Amino acid sequence: MQALIDWFTALLADNTIFNAQTLGYYGSGLVTTVQLVFLSLVIGLVMAVPLAIGRSSRRRWISLPIFLYTYVFRGTPLLIQLYLIYYGVVFFEGIQETWLWVFLEDPFVPALIAFTLNTAAYTTEIFRGAIKATPRGEIEAARAYGMSQRLMMRRIILPSAFRRALPAYGNEVIFMLHASAIASVVTIMDLTGAARFIYARYYAPFDAFLFVAAIYLCVTFAILYLFRYLEKRMLAHLKPVEQ
Amino acid sequence: MIDLHGYGPRLAEGALVTLEVAILSLILSVVLGLLTASAKMSRSWFLHRLGTLYTTVIRGIPDLVLMLLLFFGGQMGVNVFTDWLYYQFDIDIFININEFIAGVLTIGLIFGAYMGETFRGAFMAVEYGQIEAARAYGMTNWLVFKRVRFPQMMRHALPGLSNNWMVLLKTTALVSVIGLSDMVRIASEASKATREPFTFMLIVGAVYLAIATVSEWGFARLQKRYSVGFGEAD
Repeated sequence: MQALIDWFTALLADNTIFNAQTLGYYGSGLVTTVQLVFLSLVIGLVMAVPLAIGRSSRRRWISLPIFLYTYVFRGTPLLIQLYLIYYGVVFFEGIQETWLWVFLEDPFVPALIAFTLNTAAYTTEIFRGAIKATPRGEIEAARAYGMSQRLMMRRIILPSAFRRALPAYGNEVIFMLHASAIASVVTIMDLTGAARFIYARYYAPFDAFLFVAAIYLCVTFAILYLFRYLEKRMLAHLKPVEQ
Repeated sequence: MIDLHGYGPRLAEGALVTLEVAILSLILSVVLGLLTASAKMSRSWFLHRLGTLYTTVIRGIPDLVLMLLLFFGGQMGVNVFTDWLYYQFDIDIFININEFIAGVLTIGLIFGAYMGETFRGAFMAVEYGQIEAARAYGMTNWLVFKRVRFPQMMRHALPGLSNNWMVLLKTTALVSVIGLSDMVRIASEASKATREPFTFMLIVGAVYLAIATVSEWGFARLQKRYSVGFGEAD
């Protein structure tokens, strides 16, 4: 252990860019990125479930507005959605005087709103696809048992739809992690923000950005393995039979 | 009528820049994708590894980080190279990595990795018997590619290709961050100057939606063309 600490101190001692302070920036950047991505994913997921049920409804007045929402949010760049909400909040007449400003002062909140709305739109479509792919026989069997629509949704359709949606949702999580890099555009000090700051300070683009790219790569692989493990456990019944 | 405060013409110019970036990087990514797919399917161990490394690393890094690296680092790297050329061989050239080139290169590089995966799957979906038959006719490798593998591969690749294009189109918005005057940058400048973000951002969003809708229609026509002889199935 002591040898490891010695090695690490020696490594940092003659390194002008990666000293304890800049590593601290990267560290807090990682925390901000993870917070932003995790919160937007969780809130987006909670929003997406009812939206996906509504989106697969046969009543047009329910499904059409949800379709429009997902179409617009999936068809425009996230950067525009971020700008729209960030500037929209800042330039809103008189908002600085209200109690809301306490929350909105920090760019974290507009970014969180933009990311949440974006990921909710994508997740809604993922779940809708999974709900639509429910085998007909399962629904017929549930009806034959006399289940109500609500009970069938809760016990039959949703549990199997969640499993089916897992691989696509894993991609969405990684997409969100990568998309969160644009939070640095609205002055948030996330991982990319930290890298930009260190680039500007030392004028060392390769060190600053390659290091942050390696961190993103590690987080991506961690998410990838987590989802692979989840898929293995939850989709075990769909695995081809071993000879 | 919507008041654009005189930003209309500049927004139109910006829309053209967005389209240029998108189309040029699409071409670059298709070329890179075909190369990657060939490398990954190649029998050479080295090429296979190289292709896998490229697709894995590129798809694991955020596009913005890659763009910043290429934009800020690219010029430095090129300068080192041209300096070396000058001192060693007395060749005096100046290569400028501007926002446009950095943007197109990055987006092309990123989507080359995605296209590579799409093309690889599509190439593998072409029946091997077809290739054997073409070889039996004495076709050269290039002719097999041009007449048999490529046209049949396209039918399988088009859905993925159209998907990649939609994502690519939205990724072009990132070039505004490195300072290229595409429509997002102009809209953001206009929003700050006029304090009317909704007007400008909604217009730009609508333009993106319009381009996406038109290309969806275009891809549907292409799909029809490449599915000739396959009926309505799949």
